[in-house]
Amino acid sequence: MAYDKFTVLKSTAVPMPIENVDTDQIIPARFLKATERKGFGDNLFRDWRYNADGSPKNDFVLNNPIYSGKILVGGKNFGSGSSREHAAWAIYDYGFRCVVSSFFADIFKNNSLNIGILPVQVSPEFLHKIFTAIESNPTAELVVDLPAQTITISATGESETFDINSYKKHNMTNGYDDIDYLQAMKEDIKTFATKSMY
Amino acid sequence: MSKIPATLFDKVWDSHAVRKIEDGPDVLFIDRHFIHEVTSPVAFLGLENRGLSVMFPEKTFATADHNTPTINQHLPVQDPLSANQLKALESNTAKYGISHWGLGNPRNGIVHVVGPENGITLPGMTIVCGDSHTSTHGAFGAIAFGIGTSEVEMVLSSQCIMQQKPKKMRITVTGTTGKGITPKDVTLYIISQLTAAGATGYFVEYAGEVFEQMSMEGRMTVCNMSIEMGARGGIIAPDDTTFAYIKGREKAPQGAAWDNAVAYWKTLKTEEGATFDKEYTFNAADIEPMITYGTNPGMGMGITQRIPVAQEAGGSAASYEKSLQYMGFQEQEPMLGKKVDYVFIGSCTNGRIEDFRAFASIVKGRQKAAGVTAWIVPGSHIVEQQIREEGILDILTAAGFELRQPGCSACLAMNDDKVPAGKYAVSTSNRNFEGRQGPGSRTMLASPLVAAAAAVTGVVTDPRELI
Repeated sequence: MAYDKFTVLKSTAVPMPIENVDTDQIIPARFLKATERKGFGDNLFRDWRYNADGSPKNDFVLNNPIYSGKILVGGKNFGSGSSREHAAWAIYDYGFRCVVSSFFADIFKNNSLNIGILPVQVSPEFLHKIFTAIESNPTAELVVDLPAQTITISATGESETFDINSYKKHNMTNGYDDIDYLQAMKEDIKTFATKSMY
Repeated sequence: MSKIPATLFDKVWDSHAVRKIEDGPDVLFIDRHFIHEVTSPVAFLGLENRGLSVMFPEKTFATADHNTPTINQHLPVQDPLSANQLKALESNTAKYGISHWGLGNPRNGIVHVVGPENGITLPGMTIVCGDSHTSTHGAFGAIAFGIGTSEVEMVLSSQCIMQQKPKKMRITVTGTTGKGITPKDVTLYIISQLTAAGATGYFVEYAGEVFEQMSMEGRMTVCNMSIEMGARGGIIAPDDTTFAYIKGREKAPQGAAWDNAVAYWKTLKTEEGATFDKEYTFNAADIEPMITYGTNPGMGMGITQRIPVAQEAGGSAASYEKSLQYMGFQEQEPMLGKKVDYVFIGSCTNGRIEDFRAFASIVKGRQKAAGVTAWIVPGSHIVEQQIREEGILDILTAAGFELRQPGCSACLAMNDDKVPAGKYAVSTSNRNFEGRQGPGSRTMLASPLVAAAAAVTGVVTDPRELI
C-alpha cells in the first residue's frame, strides 16, 4: 500500500538499548494469525511488555509513561531473524514512524521502507549520544530530516548524516511505493519473461 | 581487455536484472515464488485494493505449513484464526489459479522441503518466499532469500522485486569433518565465529571440500541457516551431487530440456580470480558437535566447552547477561549434563530424511528417557513416507517415540506444539530467540545427533559417546 509522505519528523523518542532485538520479540509468532493488517500495535513487544496474565511489566520502556514519541531508538542489529513484515506493521500501528539504530537487519530495513517507516542508521558513537540525551531528559527531541538526510539532537545541536538511496528517498518523501514503480514497467517485464528458461 | 572473472552470485543476479536504477535498487525478475498461509493473505488483499491481478500464476507455488497441526490433520483445524488463514490461502490460490498443496495433499509439507523434493527448485533460479529461511534453496546454486509481505505483493503483481544488490562473502571450510559432525554443526560453528549479525548486508557463497562432499540435504541445512548470521542468503555451486538429486523429480526438466539445463547449470560456478568483499576460511578439524547456550544463534559453542564469559563473547555485556539470565545459565558452566525437558527434530533446517536417519542411528536399541517429551516432525509427507519405508518408524516406535505429521511445528510454535515457560528444549530448528518455541521456552539449538543423544539420556550429551 502506498503510505504517508515522510519529510521532517521532530519528536521525542523511546530508548531501547538492547542488542539483537529480533522480530520474534517485536511480534511473537502466535500473533501472526490475522488475515488483515490491523491491530498489531497492541501486541508490539508482547512478551517484554506484558506478563503471562496480561498485566503490564513495569520495567519495560513502553510501559514507562515518561517516554513517548514517534521515534524508537534500538541497539545494534535491530530487527534480525524472521522476515515477518508484521514486525514493521506493529511498530507502525503503535505509532512509530522512524527507528534509529547503529545497525539494522536487511529484511527488516526493506520491510520498514516498504510501509513508510524510516530506518535511520547512525554510528555507534552517535547512538550512544542519543541514548544519553533521552535518558537524561525524556522530553529531549530528535529531528529526522529526510530531504537533508540528517538526524539532530535538538538540545545539543549535535547532528549526523544518514544514508538512503535517492530512489527510496524520492519514494518516501512522495508517499510512493515499489508496486507503483513496477506497475509502470510491466511491458519491460513481459519482454524479459519471454527470455526466461524457467 | 580481458573479462573480469565473475562469481556464481553475480552470474545469477545479473542475468535476472530487468533494470538497474541509478542510486537505487535493481529490478529483479523472480523465477519461483513460494507462498504459505501466514505471510500471503495481506498481499492478496493489497492486490484487491489496487485492482491488480497475478501476472504469472504458474510461477507461484503455495503450501500450508506454518500454522498447521501435527496431529489429526484429517480433522477440521481447531483454532479458528489458523483455520481462517488456511481457508484464505485456499480461496486466494483458487481465485488466481495458483498451485496449492494444502493440508491433506500428499505433497504437502514445509515450503523449503517440498520445493526441492518436487523439483520446483532448480540451479540458476531466483527464488523468493515470505519466509527468511528461503535461503535454503541456495543449496542448488539458486539465489534465494526471504521477503516481506509488501514484496510478496510485488512478486504476485509483477513477478519482480526491487532489491539493492548485496555485497559478496565467501566462506571456505577446508578438510574433512570428524565423527559425529553433521552439516548443522558446520553451520552453527560458522555462525558462532561470525556472530548473529556477522554477514548482514552480504550474500554468502560456501566453498571448499566440506561442502563439495556434503549431500543436498546437508547443503540445504547450511544455506538455510545463512540468515542466522544476518546474510541475505547462501549459495553453493551446483555439481553432480545437485544434478543427481534433481533428476527425475516431478517438476524437473526432462529429455532434451534436461540436457540443455545441465549444460547451462555446469557454467554456474565462481571463476578463478573472482573477488569477494569479504572472505573467511575455517578448518573442518576445529568443529565439534555444537550447541547453543543463549538467545541468538550466534551464541553457540562446542558441546564439550564451557559457556564463555561476556568479554569473550563480544557485544554489550548487558545484552549478554540478559540472554544468560533468560536461559538460566551462568558464565563458565559446562553444557554437558544439563537437563532437557523437550526434544524437537524437524523444521526446514533439519526435517529431511537424512536428519531422521541420523536421529534413528542413535536411538536404535535405546529407549526414550523418562521425563523427555519428544516431537518428531517430518518436513513433508514424502519424508514421512520415506521414514516408514526405510524402517525408521519401527526403530522410533521400539524406542518409545511417536511420529507426528508434517509442518513447521515447534520451530516457531504457531500451532499447539509449544514448549512451556521455563522448560528446556534441544531443538534441531534454527532459532533460539526468547519465546520462539512458546512464551518463556528455553531453546538449545543442535544437530539431529545431539537431539537424539539428549532424547535417550534426558541431558545434554556428546553424541560421539553413543555412536
